[in-house]
Amino acid sequence: MAGPNDLQFQEFEAAADLLSADPGASTLSISASNDPTITAGTPAPGEDVKLDLSEDEEVQEESSELLGQKPSGGFWTFEYYQSFFNVDTVQVLDRLKGSMMPLPGRNFVKHYLRNNPDLYGPFWICVTLVFSVAISGNVSTFLREPGNPSYHHRPQFHRVTIAAVVIFLYAWLVPIGLWGFLTWRQGAERQVGGYSFLETVCVYGYSLFIYIPTSILWIIPYDWLQWTLIVVAMVISGSVLVLTFWPVVRDDTKVTAVATVVTIVVLHTLLAVGCKLYFFQTTVHTPPPTTISPLIHTTLVVKTH
Amino acid sequence: MCLLFQVFVIIWFGSIVITLNSKLLGGTISFFQSLCVLGYCIMPLTMALVVCRIVLLSGSGTVSFAVRLTVVTASFGWSTFASTAFLADSQLSNRKALVIYPVFLFYFVIGWMILTFSPGK
Repeated sequence: MAGPNDLQFQEFEAAADLLSADPGASTLSISASNDPTITAGTPAPGEDVKLDLSEDEEVQEESSELLGQKPSGGFWTFEYYQSFFNVDTVQVLDRLKGSMMPLPGRNFVKHYLRNNPDLYGPFWICVTLVFSVAISGNVSTFLREPGNPSYHHRPQFHRVTIAAVVIFLYAWLVPIGLWGFLTWRQGAERQVGGYSFLETVCVYGYSLFIYIPTSILWIIPYDWLQWTLIVVAMVISGSVLVLTFWPVVRDDTKVTAVATVVTIVVLHTLLAVGCKLYFFQTTVHTPPPTTISPLIHTTLVVKTH
Repeated sequence: MCLLFQVFVIIWFGSIVITLNSKLLGGTISFFQSLCVLGYCIMPLTMALVVCRIVLLSGSGTVSFAVRLTVVTASFGWSTFASTAFLADSQLSNRKALVIYPVFLFYFVIGWMILTFSPGK
């Protein structure tokens, strides 16, 4: 088989380069679920090579990992999508924790994702966020009513639709744009520092997690508390994003680097503030004293005369 | 009419998404079996809806809200527990929580819709 051997040689070179560039890279063992697909249909050459070599097996595995998640099968097979859900409960919880604690040394992608980006986290975090924002918005609107029994509380389901559209658009379009931009800036050559599309989506998805408890806490009807919560959530979430993308961007020109980071932060801010303003509107209370006092005044005036 | 459509869409779309999620995580349960389980396990919430409607006939004050809240919470817990018994067994032990959480969310949203349901004008 001349074809796979040629590819095998290229991959080995790339793997050696990648290893020398990042000797501390984590190695993952390929899970058993990938193996059955080798025998079925037309396997990708990378997978074939992995099984053929007994020595340098780890290097081959790592090369296919580092070159981006090579899902088994074509995009029309179920296994292709299963490879995006290859996570355990512990891993998901770990990533959630990592999204809430941005430490300066820890790049979310390198430390937590470790070349195993998943779609479970981003998808279910977005769904939960949609419902938590819509439900909390409903509850806060309900609680702001002066509590007169004649108020007919209607659950506004159209809010769910709007929340869903906005949040899913943000969680998918912004990573697409950012990944496209970063890939374009790095040129055709695939560098070590670039993130794959899935990793970008994954980081954005997990960074939205902090907004879920924030949206629930927004029910408490104190304005200062709500704005403090927004700032805190944005700082944490934004720093996760900035810490992740700064190493990729800093090699670029200063202006581009700063502009990219600023854009990331601004978009994130717009999402938070937009959600807050749309779903948690403070109702305009007609202040009782000003309406009552003229009445009192007139009655007093009437009485004295 | 619009409400019926919304409920229909949420229940069917939610069931399909949860089933897909379970299968993508490597579950051994079949597609239609999972849909079937989720559909039958909505029954406690349906009963809660009937009870809530009856309770609402006697007014919509705080007491009726407390009663409705208790009933809905109990039936939501019952639904989740029942479907967990089916779905969790078909999954690897290290991914059970990943499969159960969407079920929890699904019944929570339905319970919320039942709790905030207020009939006509």
